[in-house]
Amino acid sequence: MKTIKTNKNEYQLICGIEIHAELKTDSKMFCGCKNDPFGAKEPNIYTCPVCLGMPGGLPTANKKAIEWTIKVGLALKCKINLFSKFDRKNYFYPDLPKAYQISQYDIPFCFDGVLETSYGPVKITRIHLEEDTGKLLHKVINGKKVSLIDFNRSGVPLIEIVTEPEIYSPEQAKEYGKKIRQILRYLEVADCDMDQGGMRLEANISLAKIDQENLPNYKVEVKNINSFKFAEQAISFEMIRQAKILDNDEIPVQETRGWDSNKSMTFSQRSKEDAEDYRYFPDPDLPPIRFSRENVDFIEQSLPELPANIASRWFEEYKVEERYSAQLITDIQSANLIEESFNLLINDSLTPNQLASAIVNKKIDISRENKASNIITTFKSLFQLDDVSQDEILKKINIVLSQNSDAVKKFQTGETKVLGFFIGQTARLIGKKVDANLLSTLIIQELNK
Amino acid sequence: MNNNSKKNISSQKISTAQIIHIANLAAIPITKVEEEELRLAFEQTLNTIAELQSVDISNIEPTHQVTGFENILREDKVNQENMFSQKEALKNAKETHAGYFVVPRVLTHE
Repeated sequence: MKTIKTNKNEYQLICGIEIHAELKTDSKMFCGCKNDPFGAKEPNIYTCPVCLGMPGGLPTANKKAIEWTIKVGLALKCKINLFSKFDRKNYFYPDLPKAYQISQYDIPFCFDGVLETSYGPVKITRIHLEEDTGKLLHKVINGKKVSLIDFNRSGVPLIEIVTEPEIYSPEQAKEYGKKIRQILRYLEVADCDMDQGGMRLEANISLAKIDQENLPNYKVEVKNINSFKFAEQAISFEMIRQAKILDNDEIPVQETRGWDSNKSMTFSQRSKEDAEDYRYFPDPDLPPIRFSRENVDFIEQSLPELPANIASRWFEEYKVEERYSAQLITDIQSANLIEESFNLLINDSLTPNQLASAIVNKKIDISRENKASNIITTFKSLFQLDDVSQDEILKKINIVLSQNSDAVKKFQTGETKVLGFFIGQTARLIGKKVDANLLSTLIIQELNK
Repeated sequence: MNNNSKKNISSQKISTAQIIHIANLAAIPITKVEEEELRLAFEQTLNTIAELQSVDISNIEPTHQVTGFENILREDKVNQENMFSQKEALKNAKETHAGYFVVPRVLTHE
């Protein structure tokens, strides 16, 4: 829970998040064009009549994209609609050549899921599958302000994961986003490259008075958030902005805002009233989809052990802390390799948790080309000390102390944290690996002389 | 999808404001004369369709499809032959630049 206190009131954040992620199928969602918008060397080289929205183009749904959507749904503990369909979402924008986006309206593939965060569970309302739009670039050409369109991305399969308004702090929003990305990557269905727009976040943000029972009667949508840090910042910014408006007994305008990462603020993009009229209807070009319970069970059985589960098992079996496992469990191959390496440390004086820390902090290679035995060798070498005589060490300590008389004075007046500085300086001067504890003892001894 | 009562629909009038709204959504500019023409045409169409409201459909599932097909799906394979070259893709474009389609600037904020 994160509240914001003003002179007049105390408010609670009420936030829901929508995440869009492009699926990394080989071909697009409704046509056989290559799905590689970021790898394309030229604009508009992966298109056909279907994804350019030409008259007569007939879409056919990509089976793998549908199966992957269900896989994601099952990983997020969703229920699956055995009968589902695609609908047309009508709006007019240059990146959408048909003037409608094929999406799912009232019967998404997945609904009613949940993702656990350390701040509490976040309920997933729905996950549906749709097609991505083309990409717009805004340029000035020959003195004219224009938009350039590249349709390589048009029709790329895109899943949308929507939560209930049950995210109660900017930190929780950030953790939620990171966990979703981890799962999508772990399932090998999406790369989630946020810089390129392969994964996009939108936050619906409002504030309720701390004793208010009903949900707020407005919400502000912040779009174009392309990092988890920005999501956290944008939500924090909105909390302050909205609290000021509410303090004046006004209601924040229901609108779409963007995040300006240079100015660290949100800005109004367009008013919402007109835009919401999408006139959905079932796409007559795409017959509905019906699964049997067995189809879904089959997909469920293909799910690997999920990151959250591995993390808690690693903690129980190997005492590996969550702060490391959160960073280490990125894909199946490396997770397996790391676990294999943990097993090589049974009955060793060095622990799996130390190894986990070393992989995170010392960047030990855990790519699939490496072997567990190599990882252990590299890891152990980190702890091997060079042979350096005590005289040599003392000599170097005294050089450091004589060069830093100010810091020495600080230490003598009780500022003991400069010790770390002395240890670092001495170690660098020695240029070999020495026991940090020994260094510390000797430095204190010299300082107290 | 419409839950309005049956009786109202046949007598429902389309307002000029609704026509302007729909034209706006479609980004199609229309003249005053066209506004009125379309308004009458829409009304006429809706009144014709409204005759369907006399049928009792309380026990009938909504029809999403008339083909009766289900699960028409394709395998995830790239179909190289169907893909346009960049030149082909841009062939009918009014304006192009460096391999892109060019349209008037749509962004409101910079």
